[in-house]
Amino acid sequence: MTQDAPRNDRPRAVNGHAPDVFKREGQVPMREYPKNAPVDFVIVGAGCGGSVLAAKLAEAGMSVVLFDAGPFFQPRRDFASDEREQEKLYWLDPRISDGDDPIELGANNSGRAVGGSSVHFQMVSLRFRPEWFKARSKLGYGRDWPVDWREMWRYYDEVEEALKISGPIRYPWGPDRGRYPYREHEVNEAGLVLARGAEALGVDWAPTPLCTVSAPSGKSPPCAYRGMCKIGCSINAKQSMPITYVPRAIKAGAEVRDLAMVGRIETGADGRATGVSYYRDGKWRFQKAENVVAAGYSIETPRLLLNSSTAQHPQGLGNADGLVGRNLMVHANDAVWGEFDEEIRWYKGPPSMATCEHWNYADDDPSKNFDGGYSFMSQGPLPGDFAGTLTSSTGMFGDDLLEAMGRYNRMAGLKMVGESMPQVDNRVTLADETDELGLPRAKVTHSFCDNDRRLQGHGRKFMSRMMRAAGGKNLFETQSTAHLMGGCPMGDDPETSVTDDMGRVWNVDNLWICDGSLMPTGGGVNPAMTILANAARIADRIIDARFD
Amino acid sequence: MSQPFRTPYPGYDVLDKWDSPSFDDQTREVLRARRDPPPRRFLDPNQFALLEALCAVVIPQRRPEPVPIAPFIDAALHAGRGTGTRFATMPPERDAWLRGLEAIDAEARAAFDGRGFCELVRPKQARLLRSIDRGDCRAPEAWQEMPPQKFFRALLLKQIVQIYYSAPAAMSEIGYGGPASPRGYVRLKVGQIDPWEAPFGTWEDQA
Ligand SMILES: Cc1cc2nc3c(=O)[nH]c(=O)nc-3n(C[C@H](O)[C@H](O)[C@H](O)COP(=O)(O)OP(=O)(O)OC[C@H]3O[C@@H](n4cnc5c(N)ncnc54)[C@H](O)[C@@H]3O)c2cc1C
Ligand code: SF4
Repeated sequence: MTQDAPRNDRPRAVNGHAPDVFKREGQVPMREYPKNAPVDFVIVGAGCGGSVLAAKLAEAGMSVVLFDAGPFFQPRRDFASDEREQEKLYWLDPRISDGDDPIELGANNSGRAVGGSSVHFQMVSLRFRPEWFKARSKLGYGRDWPVDWREMWRYYDEVEEALKISGPIRYPWGPDRGRYPYREHEVNEAGLVLARGAEALGVDWAPTPLCTVSAPSGKSPPCAYRGMCKIGCSINAKQSMPITYVPRAIKAGAEVRDLAMVGRIETGADGRATGVSYYRDGKWRFQKAENVVAAGYSIETPRLLLNSSTAQHPQGLGNADGLVGRNLMVHANDAVWGEFDEEIRWYKGPPSMATCEHWNYADDDPSKNFDGGYSFMSQGPLPGDFAGTLTSSTGMFGDDLLEAMGRYNRMAGLKMVGESMPQVDNRVTLADETDELGLPRAKVTHSFCDNDRRLQGHGRKFMSRMMRAAGGKNLFETQSTAHLMGGCPMGDDPETSVTDDMGRVWNVDNLWICDGSLMPTGGGVNPAMTILANAARIADRIIDARFD
Repeated sequence: MSQPFRTPYPGYDVLDKWDSPSFDDQTREVLRARRDPPPRRFLDPNQFALLEALCAVVIPQRRPEPVPIAPFIDAALHAGRGTGTRFATMPPERDAWLRGLEAIDAEARAAFDGRGFCELVRPKQARLLRSIDRGDCRAPEAWQEMPPQKFFRALLLKQIVQIYYSAPAAMSEIGYGGPASPRGYVRLKVGQIDPWEAPFGTWEDQA
């Protein structure tokens, strides 16, 4: 709640130009489309899903307008090294959080900018374990994806190459794969704590494959290890959407409309999408389109579909069976923190430079008392972020707090990314209250199930053992969540899913979804690479089918 | 009772790097603008005084020029800027703050013979906050259904500490490297520090 300066609220992608993200000032040319002639594709949301789709469709010659509710930032001018100022990257409009285990949104969960959450994500770039794409048939829990893992594997290759993921030569888990495009980063001391602990407990570890370059690439300099990835990379080492796929989209002829909040997907008498109504620069406007794609993340995508109801779609688009917004998933983000005799200085380098995926693959371990899996990473939170974690989990204040924060440089932490189960009652619905534009706000209802709790307990226990084995003292645990996924799962069966295997909404043949909300299960790794790979796959399927 | 905190990094000041490649123009601009705290516009003078007293208990500052915290909370409330989350058990943020401040004062009056929070000495203020955090309330009706611990931890504490620990003075106190763009860091391993970081610290448990 605390930025001090009002944010710059004028659109910047206007008059045939978009900001040049590689410069402090300056612009690049951008095509513009008329509003009353239909473009081939309108894409709502320029995050991981929307940006990849926009670039690939535009490169295949289609006319594309990419909308985002947030600003088009120029990192070298707009990204201060200041936690409070940079809160402008998050979706801070209130959403109502309900359920037995209500989740924290805002900074914890969603971005609002051209680039979406990729602008402030922590760059951990992992692949799903192959079996997870058939979790129900192969592992006996969750749901199956309507996709073969080998196909996804090819798309992981494609997006890892596009983002120049820097990773180790040999990754210890999963099937063989090619080398990462860029060499691994030097692991910081916070990561070496994990490494020491893993070696002591006899499990594998790896330098984290990261979405920031370890050597120059195009106009990006190598990562400077300044550790402020979560508040935006001011030097463009991070390969976020606005410096990778969005410029590609613009170059190929797509138009980006920033600070343009889409309020409704409009449908015609035949029930098909006709375009979108959006609010930009003080007015509601309409853009006509042959196809509409919702790519607004797991809360805003369901909210938009629900907010677009008509007489013909009384419960919202794609929601005849009441499935839109259901099966929303989070990752359990429990952590263990400890103190060391030496100075770790965990602020140096990206926040998570070492990782352990042991529990994503150890099916036969007798201590495994849960379905699903989890990975965990070393940590390096900025001071304000860590102080918030400390106080909200312990209630500590006064000299005790100053004292605890005084050991900031001697702390290390391990934090899990734990799979939670898709449950129909975890869902996004519309609240009674409306936002400034008069649109009903989203309400998010979330409760963990017993399996989720067993997994979290196992994770905390294992991470504590590892922390102690690495020399950590005075441990304490915190609980949190990260990464929303699901809400509009894809599937083979219209009765149990919202879209088909290419993200097309059942029964509205020119309405698509392309973002994390398509995920039927969440897996035990950070989701961005899977969302990107899936978007790249959907793009190719659309291009092959020649919808335009 | 805890001892007054002493920084392990006496003499270190991240602002000494102001003219170096650790600071870029946009960061300098933000920090410069923050030197003049915004005027009080949302809370009334009594509420504001109460908030200032709370900030002082949460973050005891024994420095000649304390980092201002309350004005920034007031400014955000005035502007209606939120955190993005409204727990279903909580009212909207502005109402939560108004209700929470009033309830804390009511708790003080109930526990200490009608004296308001600002009239209490520091140790009593701290004791009161600890009991609110435990949910031991003497004036439960003043909270009007708002869960006291949730207000205390998720709004009050969190916002105060997040403002404090993004201030250069607080960064210096904990030996954080500070703004680091474009220069960043080079030496990432234990026992290694870059010349533009804080020198190694000293702690009482290691003396
Ligand atoms: C702090 C943090 C750290 C993370 N770290 C990692 C990590 O290390 N590794 C990893 O794999 N994942 C990470 N993630 C998760 C990852 O960033 C997301 O899973 C991913 O970005 C989701 O992609 P998306 O396309 O679904 O949505 P987003 O990338 O969030 O994009 C959605 C976009 O849609 C826009 N939008 C929404 N509704 C509308 C509307 N109605 N009109 C116009 N625009 C709209 C939003 O403004 C936003 O820009 C992290 C997330 C956070 C918050
Ligand atoms: S650590 Fe690297 S990726 Fe992260 S903000 Fe700094 S330069 Fe950018």
